[in-house]
Amino acid sequence: MSIDETSKVVVQPVNKEKVRRIVRVAVILGIVTTFEFVVAFNMHSGPLRTSIFILMTIVKAFYIVSEFMHLKYEKKVLIWTIMIPTIFVIWLIIALIYEGGAIYDSRF
Amino acid sequence: METTASAVQNSQKNLWGGGMEPMKVSYGKLMMWFFLLSDAFTFSALLVSYGLVRYSHAAFTGDPDTFVFSVQYWPIPEKVFDGIPFLHGVHVPLVFVGIMTFVLILSSVTMVLAVEAGHRMDRKGVEKWMLWTILGGIIFLSCQAWEWTHFIVGTGTPTIADAFINGTWVEGFEVLGANLTINQYGPPDFADFFFFITGFHGFHVFSGILINCLVFYNVGLGTYELRGHYEMVEKVGLYWHFVDLVWVFVFTFFYLV
Repeated sequence: MSIDETSKVVVQPVNKEKVRRIVRVAVILGIVTTFEFVVAFNMHSGPLRTSIFILMTIVKAFYIVSEFMHLKYEKKVLIWTIMIPTIFVIWLIIALIYEGGAIYDSRF
Repeated sequence: METTASAVQNSQKNLWGGGMEPMKVSYGKLMMWFFLLSDAFTFSALLVSYGLVRYSHAAFTGDPDTFVFSVQYWPIPEKVFDGIPFLHGVHVPLVFVGIMTFVLILSSVTMVLAVEAGHRMDRKGVEKWMLWTILGGIIFLSCQAWEWTHFIVGTGTPTIADAFINGTWVEGFEVLGANLTINQYGPPDFADFFFFITGFHGFHVFSGILINCLVFYNVGLGTYELRGHYEMVEKVGLYWHFVDLVWVFVFTFFYLV
């Protein structure tokens, strides 16, 4: 097979619009990471700094999942199939942070 | 052909009746998504339990500039991860891990470009971008190897701790570096979580590189060209982006917060 058959493959030209979108997301991820560094070096740790970090992480996660992993362009039913189960993670965070505080109180 | 035709007819009656893809993705891609979802739970469990254990330990309350390592309280991460290769003893917090983060994000970008080339049936393009992705993964793993070595060997003044050494209780014991039972940076749990979380992620990167190499080999052979589509590159791409996604969270919760 091969030579004849594979040479029939038509290579389409680069989809400029798509590549532009990829580069744009890459730049956004770079900017957000740089911003995190600026905050890390110029702010004292506290609830505000932690919230900024968490917010920035969610922004980065959104861009990676929606653009790089292409989830934004999938069927709605697939988006929800992936998103809804993560509710359990949110529950886990709340439960265990609360529990951690309780362990701390009983220790000190 | 016949089955497709009957499936189309069936679809008018029942979308979920079998024979077609209600989510408009192939079986393999859907299962990759489900695998990644379950993997996300594993990583969440690790990171959230890190949060639990950290909150149940005392935190350092003084001025960050006067911070010294002690087993009495949880360390400030940027005081621990402040090394950079070839600059011994210089305090450059988080810069090295920042470079690692950037390398991994870039390798994710080259992976999307490989997928894009695959959509256009451009074998040369897929080969080029896959190779950059593999290189990025190898650089990341090498950086992590350095980071682990630095963490295990330890630097600076030893921390004084009380510990069981070979079954006897030793007080005023000098600790330098880290292992699973004792470390110079803080409570034992700190090093344990470092090894488990970054280690588990590093193992994912390692398997990602292996799978990428396998797919790269198949691209080179022309397997996907004969198959008529590069969906395998998309599937391994999903996995690779997930590894990047996890690192974004590890970076925030282990190094920044």
